[in-house]
Amino acid sequence: MKIRSGLSNLSLPRRDVLKTIGGAAALLASPAVIRPGFAQEKTIRLGAPFHRTGIGASYGRWYERTANAAVALVNEAGGINGMQVEMIVEDDGTDPKRGSELIEKFATEYKVDAVFGHLFSHVVAASAPRAGELKMPYFICSEASLLGAGKLNRYTLQPGITDVRSQVKAMAPWIASTLGKKVTMIFPDYNFGHDHRDFFSAAIAEQGGEVVAKIAIPPTETSFTRYLPQIAPETEVIYHVMVGPAVLTFVKELGDYLGSQRPEIFGFIDSLEAVDFSTPQLSFLDGTYFWEANPRYAQAEQTPFDKFYREKVGVDANGASTADPKDISTYSHMFSVWETLFAIKQGMEACNYQGPANQKDLILAMEQITAFPESNEHPQGAKVFNGKLHQVFGSQCISKVEGGKLVVAHRTSVEDGMYESDVDYTKMDL
Amino acid sequence: MSRAAFARNAWLVLAVLAVLFSLQFVLPDYQVLMATRMMLLAVFALGFNALLGYVGLLSLGHALFFACGLYASGLTVYHFGWGLPAAFVFAVGASAVLALLIGAVALRTIRVSFMIVTLMFAQVGALTVLYFAAWTNGQEGLSLPASARVADLGVATLDLTDALTRYNIAYGLLAASLLILLVYLGSARGRIATAVRDNEGRTEMLGFNVFAAKLEMFVLSGAMSGAAGAAYGLLFGYLGATFASFQYSIEPLLFTLLGGAGTLLGPLVGVLFMVGLIDKLSELTTAYLLVIGVVLIVLILWFPKGILGTVRERWLPWLM
Repeated sequence: MKIRSGLSNLSLPRRDVLKTIGGAAALLASPAVIRPGFAQEKTIRLGAPFHRTGIGASYGRWYERTANAAVALVNEAGGINGMQVEMIVEDDGTDPKRGSELIEKFATEYKVDAVFGHLFSHVVAASAPRAGELKMPYFICSEASLLGAGKLNRYTLQPGITDVRSQVKAMAPWIASTLGKKVTMIFPDYNFGHDHRDFFSAAIAEQGGEVVAKIAIPPTETSFTRYLPQIAPETEVIYHVMVGPAVLTFVKELGDYLGSQRPEIFGFIDSLEAVDFSTPQLSFLDGTYFWEANPRYAQAEQTPFDKFYREKVGVDANGASTADPKDISTYSHMFSVWETLFAIKQGMEACNYQGPANQKDLILAMEQITAFPESNEHPQGAKVFNGKLHQVFGSQCISKVEGGKLVVAHRTSVEDGMYESDVDYTKMDL
Repeated sequence: MSRAAFARNAWLVLAVLAVLFSLQFVLPDYQVLMATRMMLLAVFALGFNALLGYVGLLSLGHALFFACGLYASGLTVYHFGWGLPAAFVFAVGASAVLALLIGAVALRTIRVSFMIVTLMFAQVGALTVLYFAAWTNGQEGLSLPASARVADLGVATLDLTDALTRYNIAYGLLAASLLILLVYLGSARGRIATAVRDNEGRTEMLGFNVFAAKLEMFVLSGAMSGAAGAAYGLLFGYLGATFASFQYSIEPLLFTLLGGAGTLLGPLVGVLFMVGLIDKLSELTTAYLLVIGVVLIVLILWFPKGILGTVRERWLPWLM
């Protein structure tokens, strides 16, 4: 009652409130907001459902910056088939439900030519079926091993980044020959972690090694010490792929547990994307190894393509934003957006794409692509594209933490990561 | 409620249903897709409102029933190849049974304890989905195969990839839910439920079995939420652990509070406003959830009974 009487003293007239709400409604209905019907000239319209909020927000922020830089570059050079590229960004909240809703929105309201930019596998898994049903070319920038497993469809392609299966297959020989053959895996207990567990177990076995302990950590866990005694005594290598906000705690507790007599440690940079290596809790990682798709720190043998790409996106030699050295990029993933955009451009140019009526031609043209040479358009490195599988294959880096920076110790060949698959999306209906 | 008032409500519901049916002929493609999702979410919110609005029980765990429907239908289709109609019926039944079991335990508590118990059951449900990842594929979820995108009804075959087919199925489910609630609330059983909400002690003193009345509504509410989840999974072809998360327990609460708890059409109005607002605002700003929060605060301060609750208070006292 006290609250009610207190509120009644507030003198905001209801009529004003109604006016404000009415004004907001009018604003929302205004032409500035209702964009789809007001396209001025013929453009290539690309839907970009990025993870602006939710657990993928740090990735989404950099995906958007990278995509903006790539689109600006394409448009400066005359666009695609003489048409400027217009990118329509919406936030999917890293939520599968919203992700699939956005596919519908891009397809039926904005009537875009293609959609690109989804990363998290559960968002991809929910969105791809809708893209297939709506016959919307859907370019994913994920690492999910869904395409290779035959779980997606004719309209879903991944021309910009390799999947987990390819990554672990490429690196297992180096891990076995350089770090050790008895491996304890620590991974999050959901699909991303399970992909690592299953594909790496098989890959290390092929090298004569074995996984001596598999420690699955529930995704909701915030303290890890009680899991660490499960690390097998004979372990030569600890393989970790933890992700999420608790990862710093994980690294610190792992360091406290192992002390100085530790086995070799190999991790995935996914754990520390957008995280500064100079964070005090991470000093324990010095001398350990990480997978990187694209080296965060500019290397001594940096290619001119990487230099060009960094400059255009606004990333310094330490992998941070040129505007804010504390704003660390997601360098091992965001190149996929850049390369995907240029792959779309290549496909559209190959089929002389003029508009949504040519969407099937775009899929057919993409399936004909066999390789992307290393270039400004593909700065991460040369790649092979498997048109039947809709999946690209590329090289991987294994980097060592030295003095708080990552230095590339080994780079795999493209062939190291290629795997056989019976999946053939070209046989599906178009 | 007088016979005349009931008739007015019945005509209003029928008029709303007629408008919703006709919308498919005038709305553009995207709005048809949006409206389909909105109608399914409205069924979920109707189920929630049956409990909150008519018995006065605030559950914080209704995502459990939505997810139960989603997975019971989707997993039987995915793993056992069931036909869609059978899977849907099974899912509604499974949700009702689950609601019966949970209701039998949770309804022994009241107020805050009830909220916490329902919340805990929902958390158990969410973790169960992750634990049995071999069946559910955990966080990543499952996409239903192409063969499950066709519903064979015996007399006709429905193509679920077709937007209008999905619209009409969602419409049918919403219409059935509204009519079931209308009839139930107009019946003697419905009047006992609202009596429990208005004065539980007096209702008990008059000799009515309050626990049975609550449990009956809890089961109806769970079954309705499960039906919404089952239809959502089957119509859009995806099952994911997100749908069992806390967020999906809160959403029907917000839809109901916005539209008006204890009004038959309130949840539908709440869904239309909130989903529409999120969709438009997300084009303008990443802070759309913040704006939604502010709008909710404003509405609850100035219209604490929600949109239709305020309409009933000021202009249409006969509104159910």
